[in-house]
Amino acid sequence: MNAISRFLIKLSLLLRRNRFRADLDEEMAFHRAQAERDLIAEGFSTQAAQTAVLRRFGNPAALRDRSHSVVAFRAETVLQDLRFALRQLRKNPGFAVTAILILALGMSVSLAIFGFVDAVLIQPLPYAQPNRLVFVTESAAIFPKANLSRYDYDDWKRMNTTLSSLDVVGGTGFLLRMGSIVEPVPAARISDGFFRTLGVKMLLGRDFLPGEDQPGRAKIAILPWSTWQKRFGGHRDVVGQSVSLDGAAYTIVGVLPREFSFAPRGNVTFWVPLLDRNGCETRRSCHNLDGVGRLRDSVTSQAAFADLKNVAAQLERQYPDSNRDQGAFVQPLKDDIVGDVRPILLMLLAGAALLLLIACVNVTSLLLVRSESRRREIAVRGALGATAARVLRQFVTEALLLTIAGCTAGLLIARWLMQLIVKLIPRTMADNVGFLSNLGINAHSALVAVAVALLASLLLAAIPALLLSQQNLHNTLAEGGRSAAGRFWQRLGANLVVVELTIAVVLLAGAGLLGKSLYNVLHVPFGFDPTHLATAYVMIPDGTLAKNAQALALYHDVECRASALPGVESVGITTDLPVQCNCDTDWIRIVDKPFHGEHNEVNQRDVSPGYLPALKARLVRGRLFAADETGAKPNVVLINEALARKYFPGEDPIGKRIGDLKLTPKSMRQIIGVVADLREGGLDQPIWPAEYQAIYQTTDNYFAVAVRTSQDPNSVLPSLVSTIRAIGPNLGVYGEITMGDQINASQAAFLHRFSTWIVGGFAFMALLLGVVGLYGTVAYSVSQRAREIGVRMALGAQRSAVYSMVMRQAAWLTGIGVGLGIACSIGASLAMRKLLFGVSAWDATTLAAVALVLAFASLAASFLPAHRAASVNPTEALRAE
Amino acid sequence: MKKSDLLPGTLDMLILKTLTRGAQHGYGVALSIKRLSDDVLTVEEGSLYPALQRLLLQGWVKAEWKMTETNRRARFYKLTAAGKKQLGVEVSQFEQMIDAIGRVLAEQS
Repeated sequence: MNAISRFLIKLSLLLRRNRFRADLDEEMAFHRAQAERDLIAEGFSTQAAQTAVLRRFGNPAALRDRSHSVVAFRAETVLQDLRFALRQLRKNPGFAVTAILILALGMSVSLAIFGFVDAVLIQPLPYAQPNRLVFVTESAAIFPKANLSRYDYDDWKRMNTTLSSLDVVGGTGFLLRMGSIVEPVPAARISDGFFRTLGVKMLLGRDFLPGEDQPGRAKIAILPWSTWQKRFGGHRDVVGQSVSLDGAAYTIVGVLPREFSFAPRGNVTFWVPLLDRNGCETRRSCHNLDGVGRLRDSVTSQAAFADLKNVAAQLERQYPDSNRDQGAFVQPLKDDIVGDVRPILLMLLAGAALLLLIACVNVTSLLLVRSESRRREIAVRGALGATAARVLRQFVTEALLLTIAGCTAGLLIARWLMQLIVKLIPRTMADNVGFLSNLGINAHSALVAVAVALLASLLLAAIPALLLSQQNLHNTLAEGGRSAAGRFWQRLGANLVVVELTIAVVLLAGAGLLGKSLYNVLHVPFGFDPTHLATAYVMIPDGTLAKNAQALALYHDVECRASALPGVESVGITTDLPVQCNCDTDWIRIVDKPFHGEHNEVNQRDVSPGYLPALKARLVRGRLFAADETGAKPNVVLINEALARKYFPGEDPIGKRIGDLKLTPKSMRQIIGVVADLREGGLDQPIWPAEYQAIYQTTDNYFAVAVRTSQDPNSVLPSLVSTIRAIGPNLGVYGEITMGDQINASQAAFLHRFSTWIVGGFAFMALLLGVVGLYGTVAYSVSQRAREIGVRMALGAQRSAVYSMVMRQAAWLTGIGVGLGIACSIGASLAMRKLLFGVSAWDATTLAAVALVLAFASLAASFLPAHRAASVNPTEALRAE
Repeated sequence: MKKSDLLPGTLDMLILKTLTRGAQHGYGVALSIKRLSDDVLTVEEGSLYPALQRLLLQGWVKAEWKMTETNRRARFYKLTAAGKKQLGVEVSQFEQMIDAIGRVLAEQS
């Protein structure tokens, strides 16, 4: 008979399982009856015969099970285990709920963080063959990753041999007029092949054609999906319509698909071709573009890097002035986009994994206590004929049931957690990290969830397995399951608690160091008073300010009307507000100093006479600009202390003259004062040399207003915006924000705050779980030692001695946990030292504080059981046996 | 009440052999083995019924509910053609084994 017919018989028996059982029962009853009859015939009494038969037969249920197992499918016993496991958990809902909740906590946190890691780091960029795309730009002496100049781009595109295409993108802004409303919008200028290089197809209309980015060609635009929806109602006839940008009519030629995003320019509302060279692009020395290239087949990113370095070196020889020290920089596009957040995400993932581990360990010790009290049950089952494998399978089933429940709950919570975390990320930041739209539960996270659940149940089942292999059925039954609680559990339970405490210390120390970094970031010296400062940017349409006099009139008007606003103390105008970036730089040359063509790169800002006083910046030497120092007077300049230190060491810079690389007469300016270093760049960036020129002596097509207020600066923002709009209906006013909010929303502050909060949350949960674990261990050991304590007290031990006995145990565990934790956390913080700011990995105060917190929490957790132990009534404890 | 253990693997063969003399119920099979072996071999009920299920599953025996001479319902097992063949196979294997063991023992003494 073959396997198939055997299977069919099994199947038919499965369907008639009750019949099978009834048959077997009847058959065995018949057997017993016959045996009894025969024994009675041999002269036994009825009673004796029955007993003898029963004894010979053994347990009828076990007997039936053995016959049953011959014909049964394996899965049936699994179902049995499952039913039993469910009954076990239902019988002890407190345990089940606690275990599932703890597991769900660990899983949800890990899965949520993994969701971010997946969306940002693992999922490919939304372009064709994204791993062939590289970010290409120039490097300068102090910028490893600077921008490309348009002339250099044209040459690079022609001269390189490793890229099948090279395109560029540059940021810009337009004053968009829709109906009667003028609104400044961010936009991007791109070379014609930009979308083809990325491998993006238009949803509607067409891409820019080759040559359409050249100066003098028609003004055309491509809409991102969001602009199409928000500003053009998603109508399909938008292609061919024209839109007014900076007063010029641009024809819309295409619409991008919804899933398109380009993270480095996340907020673009219009994509336009490069077209005419702007002021910057008429010089080879002005860098304003970023390159995106596609590698030729079988060319690596390193090879392209070497190739473009070579190209840059050729250009440096050809243009020794403008291209001195201008190298190349090439890296995979993905690295450029996610480079900043990768270490943070990986750190968070590690933290989440640690928390998950703590959760598993915690549930394991719960299971351990429970299997301890189930020792007798196991022994009884063993005595009734259950094999060790079968009992073990029962535990595995229970563990699996717990982890599956925990994992399911974890997945649900993870979805919610992800949405919560996304809400913590400001829109602008999310745009630039990119691809958070991919965030959610997908195949990747489901896979990870299953893997984690399996691993966790392995861990959970391993404990009872260990326990089983240690115990001897007969001893357990004989001892009445009393003192066997002894060494094994104590040792294992204690080890587990030490693991929990160690992890808690690592997470606490991490959170502490990150918190200290956050504090340091927010308390860097600013060089000005960031409180009570309201700011806004103003964009002036091209051609409005033809002459310096017109600009001057506008500046005066803005300053005049803004200072008349209620609550405003003083007003200043600048080209770049502080705490933005070390950017908008200038190459300076100092008169009467040796010069070999090097690029002395300094931050360059044009400011009004009232700007530095409004910021409450400190003048160190010399004087500030006078109100009447306009284009008609000799050019003057203020420098910061960093510039003075670097270029005038040990000299008085006042009265010295600086100019451009060629010292052209109209670039010459005289230093009239030195101001204390203003933080122009990000919070975690170094202070660069900076020069402040008089905005009254220049003409720009944009500026920013800074207003010092006597009350909450938020209350001034609306009137500030409407006042400037009232000056000229063509002025675009945007980006109004208080300096305090601006600082808080800056990348450095945000990233530090984000990681501090999340790791802090992890640490809090870890501390809670660790301390609860310690409490459980000590309390359990006290309950097991109740008799011993009773004996000790009966023999005259003082309550204080009992206290110290229990507390000593807790102190030992805590001490080992803290010691190991400190050692591990030094390692962990060394690994994440790039994320720290102004604090070393072995920051003694943080580690001491963590040790103190944990010691205090542990003391509190062990005090309760110690108190219970000390109030044991000796007579009762002894009689309880 | 120590029972003599059967040689491993011989229970199926003994059951099949017993059934060559006609259909029997489980108790009858156990009794026959005991009697024929002069009380040396005792089949434990705990092994008998699982073994019978196994033989049923293999298709070597068939089962049928019938009345006994004492007018009680009992399940009677009957040898099938496949069962007969299997018995032949098992007996010859067993004899080979006994021969082999015998030769080894003869050498020893």
